[in-house]
Amino acid sequence: MKSGWEVVIGLEIHCQLATRSKIFSGASTAYGADANVQACLVDLGYPGVLPVLNEEVVRMACKFGLAVNASISPRSVFARKNYFYPDLPKGYQISQYELPIVAGGELVIRLDDGSDKRIGITRAHLEEDAGKSVHEGFGQFSGIDLNRAGTPLLEIVSEPDMRSAAEAVAYMRKIHSIVRYLEISDGNMQEGSFRCDANVSVRPAGQQKLGTRTELKNLNSFRFVEKAINFEIARQIELLEDGGKVTQETRLYDSLRDETRPMRSKEEANDYRYFPDPDLLPVEIAADYIEHVRQTLPELPDAKKLRFTDQYGIRPDDAEILIVSRALADYFEMLAGETAATAQIAANWAIGELSAALNRDGLDIEQSRIPPAQLAGLLDRLTDQTISGKIAKEVFEAMWAGEGSADSIIDAKGLRQISDSSAIEAIVAKVIAAHPEQVAEYQSGKDKLIGFFVGQVMKESRGKANPEQVNEILRQKLQES
Amino acid sequence: MSKTACIIAAANCARHPAGHAHPEFLVSLTKDQVQHIATLARLSLAKQEFDDVVAKLSRIVDFVDQLQSAPTSNVLPMAHPLDQAQRLRPDQVTEKNERETLQANAGAVQDGFYLVPKVIE
Repeated sequence: MKSGWEVVIGLEIHCQLATRSKIFSGASTAYGADANVQACLVDLGYPGVLPVLNEEVVRMACKFGLAVNASISPRSVFARKNYFYPDLPKGYQISQYELPIVAGGELVIRLDDGSDKRIGITRAHLEEDAGKSVHEGFGQFSGIDLNRAGTPLLEIVSEPDMRSAAEAVAYMRKIHSIVRYLEISDGNMQEGSFRCDANVSVRPAGQQKLGTRTELKNLNSFRFVEKAINFEIARQIELLEDGGKVTQETRLYDSLRDETRPMRSKEEANDYRYFPDPDLLPVEIAADYIEHVRQTLPELPDAKKLRFTDQYGIRPDDAEILIVSRALADYFEMLAGETAATAQIAANWAIGELSAALNRDGLDIEQSRIPPAQLAGLLDRLTDQTISGKIAKEVFEAMWAGEGSADSIIDAKGLRQISDSSAIEAIVAKVIAAHPEQVAEYQSGKDKLIGFFVGQVMKESRGKANPEQVNEILRQKLQES
Repeated sequence: MSKTACIIAAANCARHPAGHAHPEFLVSLTKDQVQHIATLARLSLAKQEFDDVVAKLSRIVDFVDQLQSAPTSNVLPMAHPLDQAQRLRPDQVTEKNERETLQANAGAVQDGFYLVPKVIE
């Protein structure tokens, strides 16, 4: 980014809550159903129907609030947000305005330089999602699918505390991690369960007053959040440096062109004329209920990270990676518990080979082709030196391909490490005999050639010779010959 | 709600967005305000009825506006006239697929979708 400017970013994250039924009706929230088969009278806004609040969304909002050290409002109120759009049949969205259920939280993100930064959370409120409009395939019409109408959302609003796109992404990832730990959302970004709007402004460094902001809508991947914000920062700075002004407006990010452009205005759409929804009474939450919910909170990412470094003695950076997903953290703990290898080796494999294989095949940790106990078996053989690190990777790939346990693969492929010194000596002798020139060079002082000889011996033993023994025997024999 | 009631509700919200009391505030609606609210409510007012609507609405709003003179600084805003808390329902799917019945009421449907004049943002 250009120097002389400070960037100010706040995020509004829309997180779909993982309930079975909708926030105000008994229709299913399952994703991917045929159009309008999960849209009942309440979702369609028929006259005479009344919304009834789902107890699970209240519990989930409380869990989130407690997890980010926010206060849970003893009394919160639903309000009508009025605007007209075809995927909103009632002509208003039921949301919360002046009295949200969660207020005043915070979390800590880790920055690229390894330092920590606190990000404030202004509020989190409950609301219903709208339906979907489809513009292709209906000729001069748009098709409306109201299955999503009434799906519960928790909108999490941050303070304008972020100063770069990278910080915004780190914050969004942290929230994503927390809602998944809490099991209040599946966090599925492809299906739109977790998306965000970003408020972005710039100001000359040192200026107190905030610059005019623009709102970037519906960013549904971490990568898009970063790219959209960076584009917008550059656009605003260029505009201001050229003597122009930033217009307060809503902009859409176009991922194909990697640019943001203004939305056609929903004519004066920002005048939502909120008022308390007379169909819903205030939601009252008792202190003992909050305490009860607090008891059900799982260990959260920050606490888990501390425990991992304390209990297992693994590097903090590795702990940070492991705790991002609760499932990966659980996998690591099972692996570390089962294997005779050190916890750090278990962490290395979970972060390294295992995560690489999962990424390569586009799988989640829950879908790993190697269960923890099986990987533990491999790390055991590595630790007792039955196989070398290089061979272990080969065995890992075979396990990933479903060829069985570490032991059966090692036996079937004859991969057992050669630690028998007479066998290694024979290979060393053969290599020395085959390379008289290099031997002469080595003996005349070119010590670095030891690497060449080790390589040759390993190659000859098809990777199975114990590298330490190879080194030792080679040095000895090279002196002698 | 009737057209007029809609506009009044909207006007009250527009003038007192946070519900705070303005005891000294007692002025009639301007033409611009009425037009703005009519636009938000997607209502079109014919030219010849416009002045009449502004005058009538102003009288109604001014009448209701007397409430602004009530001392409310120590009163919590009332979210609902019933002094009760919201009842909650268990998170269970209780609705069946009634698409066919419900779509019989729709003006136009295709492949399970409700059809509306094309809207593209």
